[in-house]
This record gives sequence, structure tokens and C-alpha cells, in this order.
Amino acid sequence: MSKGQSGLGKSTLVNTLFKSQVSRKASSWNREEKIPKTVEIKAIGHVIEEGGVKMKLTVIDTPGFGDQINNENCWEPIEKYINEQYEKFLKEEVNIARKKRIPDTRVHCCLYFISPTGHSLRPLDLEFMKHLSKVVNIIPVIAKADTMTLEEKSEFKQRVRKELEVNGIEFYPQKEFDEDLEDKTENDKIRQESMPFAVVGSDKEYQVNGKRVLGRKTPWGIIEVENLNHCEFALLRDFVIRTHLQDLKEVTHNIHYETYRAKRLNDNGGLPPGEGLLGSVLPPVPATPCPTAE
Amino acid sequence: SYTPAPLFAALNFLSHQRKWAQDKEYVGFAALPNQLHRKSVKKGFDFTLMVAGESGLGKSTLINSLFLTNLYEDRQVPEASARLTQTLTIERRGVEIEEGGIKVKLTLVDTPGFGDSVDCSDCWLPVVRFIEEQFEQYLRDESGLNRKNIQDSRVHCCLYFISPFGRGLRPLDVAFLRAVHEKVNIIPVIGKADALMPKETQALKQKIRDQLREEEINIYQFPECDSDEDEDFKRQDAEMKESIPFAVVGSCEVVRDGGNRPMRGRRYSWGTVEVENPHHCDFLNLRRMLVQTHLQDLKEVTHDVLYEGYRARCLQSLARPGARDRASRSKLSRQSATEIPLPMLPLAETEKLIREKDEELRRMQEMLEKMQAQMQQSQAPGEQSDAL
Repeated sequence: MSKGQSGLGKSTLVNTLFKSQVSRKASSWNREEKIPKTVEIKAIGHVIEEGGVKMKLTVIDTPGFGDQINNENCWEPIEKYINEQYEKFLKEEVNIARKKRIPDTRVHCCLYFISPTGHSLRPLDLEFMKHLSKVVNIIPVIAKADTMTLEEKSEFKQRVRKELEVNGIEFYPQKEFDEDLEDKTENDKIRQESMPFAVVGSDKEYQVNGKRVLGRKTPWGIIEVENLNHCEFALLRDFVIRTHLQDLKEVTHNIHYETYRAKRLNDNGGLPPGEGLLGSVLPPVPATPCPTAE
Repeated sequence: SYTPAPLFAALNFLSHQRKWAQDKEYVGFAALPNQLHRKSVKKGFDFTLMVAGESGLGKSTLINSLFLTNLYEDRQVPEASARLTQTLTIERRGVEIEEGGIKVKLTLVDTPGFGDSVDCSDCWLPVVRFIEEQFEQYLRDESGLNRKNIQDSRVHCCLYFISPFGRGLRPLDVAFLRAVHEKVNIIPVIGKADALMPKETQALKQKIRDQLREEEINIYQFPECDSDEDEDFKRQDAEMKESIPFAVVGSCEVVRDGGNRPMRGRRYSWGTVEVENPHHCDFLNLRRMLVQTHLQDLKEVTHDVLYEGYRARCLQSLARPGARDRASRSKLSRQSATEIPLPMLPLAETEKLIREKDEELRRMQEMLEKMQAQMQQSQAPGEQSDAL
């Protein structure tokens, strides 16, 4: 799921991450395009394949978030959507005749796009992350980072990290879920130095030093998306796809989903949500193991 | 060393006309512009510039770049949690700049907190109120008895910053611009324009222009250049107008370009943006149009159009017969204070002001009587009472 005000390059970035047109980009500068009056949730599914491994990827966009004059509670539709997916999974789980593989529509990762103001987080950013970090894995990302010099980037990141800490916001990878020392060391480095990743996305290619690279061409130079001297896109991609994809799913299933399930069972007097008499007669359902990657 | 280009020296445009005055074959009134010029140079030049737009768009850096100042050096930007309940404040900063013998008293009006909160409803109202208060003050002063030293604190221009990260004007931008466009000259700019590639800049500018038209927002219209200007100048003028909204980049850092010339810029790993390079951004255009050529026109439009509009609305709202008539305005100011319709709402304030003016008038009359009495006593003929 990608979140943030419109125009922060969310669609372009997601497309760049998965090297395909998986995010529906409103055609650039469409004259008829209007900012939606309420936050919309748009989910699009794709099947992408690499090296014989197929992945069913669902990208959820939230146009309209943070665009209005009054953005109070604009995160509520999103929280609702996420909880609805947990509810769907829970209902499947408690079924008598269960599917062998429960279709998993739960949100495994939420990329939150921070505007590169250079000052600090915006009040809306804080509010959103405070509410949502309790229900979904949030990976904060600094959007359109090509407007910051190296110094500005470093200072901004430090300030953002500090603000998140002071406000008790735990972004993924959360400290409390580090499984062992190896995890902790690796994740500590990412948490304290690299994140939030300052990224630039592009779907255009240019010729640089004899190679075709994804980038942005300006009168003062070409910004190369996959050049670590220019931005941290490659770090984000490796982190989300190459090293932590499975972990994102596991934390979602073992932590966030379990929290939701426990709350639902408690609300229901320790019983699973069900229809009629049958639901109140059955014993509580044990948790299912985490579905492995396909 | 880095020597910045002169800004206000362009106000000195009449120097070439000095020759006329010395030529014996002419009566000499061609020297009149010269006299006006000298007087205005002596008087100095006041200008109030408002800067508005959400935080993080490079406003302060741009102002510092435009006027080669460090006005925002000690500024502290509060953290997000502090800004959760922050209300909009209006800050004023003054700076005196002297250049080529011309003194400029520049007042900058800032609106920290604008567009920051989660709920920004009506956040533009304090700004509108501020602009109107300056008009009110001027109207009061203009209608007063002692008009020698009227301070003009009216806002002559508002630079409105639009985000380069959006898809054009956002609802908040539209709301703000609609609230102030009949009260202040608006010059829209796109901040941090180095976020955009050239095609993106063009598309964004077009989108903004279309939206301004659709929402019927009146921005400041740079006047037509005179028909007797040369073609080059006309072309340059047209190009500048077409580049509105200006896509700007500011910087207080000096970098060196390829030829080792020092200039203001932003250095990235992939290249350096030069603030004064017309291929990189519209900074030069903005500086030229705002400071070098249109400073006076902005003041005139503020006075002749925007202020007059405010004044007319005020006086009309008092529904006094003949109050609208411009000719009767001068007549009104010579009448006693009680009859001057001071158009201020709420009514209680107006009455209070009338009472104050009454008091003032009475005191002055007393003083005059006292002096006249003294004169008669001392019997000093030919002595003029110049007390008032």
C-alpha cells in the first residue's frame, strides 16, 4: 500500500520498484483530473514473474489522502480497509470447511511517503503513522529526494527519526520483533542510519556512460535512480523485495493479524465471530501457520 | 570575491535625462522628471512584501536570495508535534537596504503555520484580516488631521508559493487565493523548482494557469510595455510574462561553476543548480520583474485599485449620500472631525474613533485659542501662528 499526498511520486516509485507498470498512474497532468473529495482506496492486482518465481502483487493506492483543506481523520478509511482484510482472513480461518490456502488480501507493507520539506514531519504525517503503525508495517520513505543536497538529506533524516522516536512511532522493522542478534544488528543499522530511505523514482531511461539507466534528466545533470550516490532507491528495493519480503508477511501474520484476532475474540467473549448458534458453540480456533511465499 | 548585481539601482532610471536640463535652447521643464526623481530618491522607498504558502517550499531561502539578506538566520522551525495545535501567526521583518544612493525600507510579512495543521479550515482568515487592517489604518490616517507622515504599511505584493510536488493548485491554494486576490497583488511562484524536469515544469505551469482561469483568480497583471519600445525588449517582456508562475530556486550558498566563477547555487551529486541561470529556473525573471521594473507599479496598483476598492466598499457600507463621490472626499477631510465617516466595523470602534478625533480637535482648538490669547497679550505684530 502506498500512502502520501498526491504528486509525491508514489505510482512512479512503485512501478520502478517492480520494474513494470503495476501502479495505475493518473496520466501526467491530465487536465480533467480532479483531487478526490474523500480518500479512495484503489487496489490493483498483478502477477509478476522473475527467475521462475511468480509473485501475485497487489498495489493499493490511496488518492485523496492529505489533499483537502481539512484532513482530520483522513486515515480512517485506510485503517478500516486494513482491518477489513484482517476480518476477511479471520472469517475464512474460522470456517468449518476451510480452504487449504486462505486467500491473503491483508496489507503486508505500507510505504508512507514523506514530503521533502527539509524541516521536519508534518502534523498529518505524525497523526497517520501514530494510528497506523499499530495495525500495519509502515516503511517511511522520503519522496522526490532529488530536491535535497547530501547535507540536507542527512539532517532531515536525523530529525525525522528523532521525531518518530519521541512520538513513540515504531516503523518496520520494529525493534521488538527482532528474532535474534543477527537480525537485531542488521536491522539496527537500517533503522538508525538508512531509514527513512530517500528515494527518487522514474520510468524513463537515459544513456549515461554507455549504459541505459532509469533516471531524471535536468539541465544541470541526470539523476540516476539506481545510483547509490544519487538516492537510496536501490536500498529500498533490496530491503523490501530481496531481503525482507518474507519477514514483512510473517510480522503481518504473527503480530498484526494476531493482535486483531485477539481483540475480536475478546470483544466476542472469547469466541470466534460466527453466524448464529453454531458460532457460539464452537471452541476458539487455534492460529494457522503463516502462509509461505508462493 | 562575489559581488551581487544591483537590484534597486534600477530605480535610478532617469539619470540619462539630466542632459536636457542643461541645454539653453529649451525652456527646461523636461527636467521635471529629474526633479521628481531626486525628490523620491531623497524620500526613500517603502515596500511591503508578503510571502505565503505552506512550509518547506523554500520561501525564506528565496527571499534571502532575492534581497541578498540573511533575514531568517535565527529562525527556529517548530517540530511537527508542536505544530499540531499551532495557529497561524503573522510576522513582520524589516530591513533597510541601500544601493546606488537609493534607500529602500523593505518590510517582509511572513505567515508561519499556514497550511501546516491537519485541519486548515479558515486558516487564511488571519491573513485576510491583516491585509484589511493595513487598509483600515491607511484610511484612518488619510482621513485624519495630520497627514504629513502617513506610514504606508499596506501590503504591496504577495508572493504565493505553490508546491512543485503537487499536481497544480490544491484546494487550500485555491481557497487562499480567492480570499485575497481582490485585496493584494498576487504573484504566484513554484517553489523548489529544481524538483522538476523541464517538461514537468511546463506542464505544471500550464495546469496552474488553467486553474487560475477556471477559479477566476485575478493575479497581478504586469502592464503592457510601451509601444515605442524596441522589438528585443518587447520579446523579452513577452517571454517573462509567459513564464508565470515563476519556477524558482533560491540559495544562500556560493558555488563555483565550470569556469570557476562564483555564483549562488545548490550542489547535488549529479550536478549544480545555478540560481541565476535562466535555463535552470526563473529566478532572474522574478527578480527583474518584481524588483527592477515593477516595484513602483505594484505600489500604484495597491493604492489606485486595491485600496480604492476597499475604501469604496467601506464607505458604501456606511450608506452615506455623496460619500462615494471622489470629489467630495477632499471636501470631507476639511470638515470637522465629527462629520468624517470613519468606516470601521464594528460600529463601537467607529464611535470610539470619532470620540478620539473629537478630543484631538478640541485640544487643538484650545491650544490655538491659548496661543492667540498670548499673541494679543504680547502684542507682537506680524508674528505668524504656525503652531498647527
